[in-house]
Amino acid sequence: MSWILIAEQSLNGLQFGLMLFLLAAGLTLVFGIMDMINLAHGSLYMLGAFLASTFVQLTGSFTAGVLLAIPATALLGMALEVSVLRTLYARDHMAQVLATFALILIINELTRLVWGSDAALPMPGALSGPVELMPGLPYSAYRLVIIAVGLAVAVLLYFLVTKTRVGMLVRAGASNREMALAMGVNIRLLFTLVFGAGAALCAVAGAMLAPLLAVQVGMGENILILAFVVIVIGGIGSIRGALVGALLVGIVDTIGRAFLPILFGVFFQPRAASAAGPAIASVSIYLLMAVVLYFKPQGLFPARG
Amino acid sequence: MKKNIFLSLIFVLFPLAMLWADQLFYVSFASRVMIYAIAATSLNLVLGYGGMISFGHAAFVGTGAYVGSILIAEGVTSAFIGWPAAIAVSALAAWIIGAISLRTRGVYFIMITLAFAQMMFYLVNSMKAYGGDEGLSLRQRPSLGFELGNEVAFYYVVLFLLLLSIFLLYRLMRSRFGRVVIAIRENEARAEAIGFPVFRYKLACFVIAGAAAGLAGALLASHGKYVNPNVLHWAQSGTLMIMVILGGIGNLWGGVLGAAVLLGLEHVISDYPIGWLAQLAPNYQQHANLGVGMVMLAIVLFAPQGIAGLLERRKHAPA
Repeated sequence: MSWILIAEQSLNGLQFGLMLFLLAAGLTLVFGIMDMINLAHGSLYMLGAFLASTFVQLTGSFTAGVLLAIPATALLGMALEVSVLRTLYARDHMAQVLATFALILIINELTRLVWGSDAALPMPGALSGPVELMPGLPYSAYRLVIIAVGLAVAVLLYFLVTKTRVGMLVRAGASNREMALAMGVNIRLLFTLVFGAGAALCAVAGAMLAPLLAVQVGMGENILILAFVVIVIGGIGSIRGALVGALLVGIVDTIGRAFLPILFGVFFQPRAASAAGPAIASVSIYLLMAVVLYFKPQGLFPARG
Repeated sequence: MKKNIFLSLIFVLFPLAMLWADQLFYVSFASRVMIYAIAATSLNLVLGYGGMISFGHAAFVGTGAYVGSILIAEGVTSAFIGWPAAIAVSALAAWIIGAISLRTRGVYFIMITLAFAQMMFYLVNSMKAYGGDEGLSLRQRPSLGFELGNEVAFYYVVLFLLLLSIFLLYRLMRSRFGRVVIAIRENEARAEAIGFPVFRYKLACFVIAGAAAGLAGALLASHGKYVNPNVLHWAQSGTLMIMVILGGIGNLWGGVLGAAVLLGLEHVISDYPIGWLAQLAPNYQQHANLGVGMVMLAIVLFAPQGIAGLLERRKHAPA
């Protein structure tokens, strides 16, 4: 096991964690402000990827396609919020889980009708090669771009939430909705905007990850569960918690996948190790969540005091 | 009473009528519906009566399915061993998962039950000796001393087990235990203040439901002679929840109604071409989930008490 492998896998973990953060940030705000469980968040991620694939084909440019997909997904997200999700705020969690689960089925089938089961979004040619980060450490240029985009969005989001007036309202809404309402905050409008922003973040993650993973119906569901794990670990409603949780999950998942089989190989038969390794790695993030919840039932950074 | 005898007669005579009409497929389909009805009824105990929103019920169905299947694959073909073993292991799993999860509340409970179900899903996926992600095919159904390969015989066994489950649920909810569980659902703090050991009651409720789900799982694997990790997939937990809500949450027959309507709807959409719809959208049958999703959404938005609630509302409405 060489340091190159460790460095490479850590960067992969960082890259995956940052993309998870983009998903989790929107989810945690929706969850925190309106106390609303939105399983259809992953569907917006999927729609972002499909829209990006179409726009990239239409414009012939990767950047232009992704930049067009972001507002388009945000509009779809806001339309979804105004039409269906808004009526669910007053309902209990079970109704929200079921209604948004129904939305997943509906959006999946509509996507299949419009695009078919999958779409292509090739990596831009200029970024497909490796970059020599340090002598002897080549790393995918495209993954570096993802890391840069993820960091940029995270910084932008941090600035928005902590330094601007809109951000202040969002934080007020997340920590005490009734009080914010009493102070005259237009929570309804604010929430539609937050939902649109969350959808835009989904689109960024979906479009950026699309060349690495496959653009297909159902792609949103597994990553959605991971995003939920992230916000539960981080503490619901907390952006900071989402960032910490996302990096934790991203790194544990990636490192676990890469190194647990090797580690197991030291103690067990190679065949048993290669069979059990990936499964244990998948289990490790859920184990992480169960342990965090056991000791801190409100997550690492509880938003409500 | 007359109505009940009439209904029972339909259920008892149904396979014979189908046999006469040479439509054995529907006997098998009815068995599948009744197996899902057992699973949904067990979830209804947790969800509707206990008020615990568990999003990982498929874990117990899956545990039962795998225990039953592995025993058959290893040569233990008696259902008298296989099904009780499935029930016992699922109950044990529910006891461990419940003991940890029930310490959390609200959203965190939903998420931690989901997390445990996901862990089981990946563990089962990694069991290469028993098919891994490809699943496990069985050479035969288990035996009850007589041949269960016969669809009609299997139907009657499942019918008996379903009625037994409903009867037990009915008795349970009228017992002291059931009253306490409902009291906890209505007001946990008050129940605690009166002096009931709330945590133990909730855990017991969770374990009973897990055990019944395990039986449903073992039946499901016996019925299809096949099991794969998808029985533990989180979408399966969601589907079971939908059956409960669709049928009627906290209603004795909710799980049965929900399973029948949901599976029936899926079957009708995907297997019966509707002329005008096919002209409008030629491939609509491949998109059965679109219809299922729409119906689900409509039920949640407009009929929160499910089908049983709608029926009762009609019964109580002034004529």
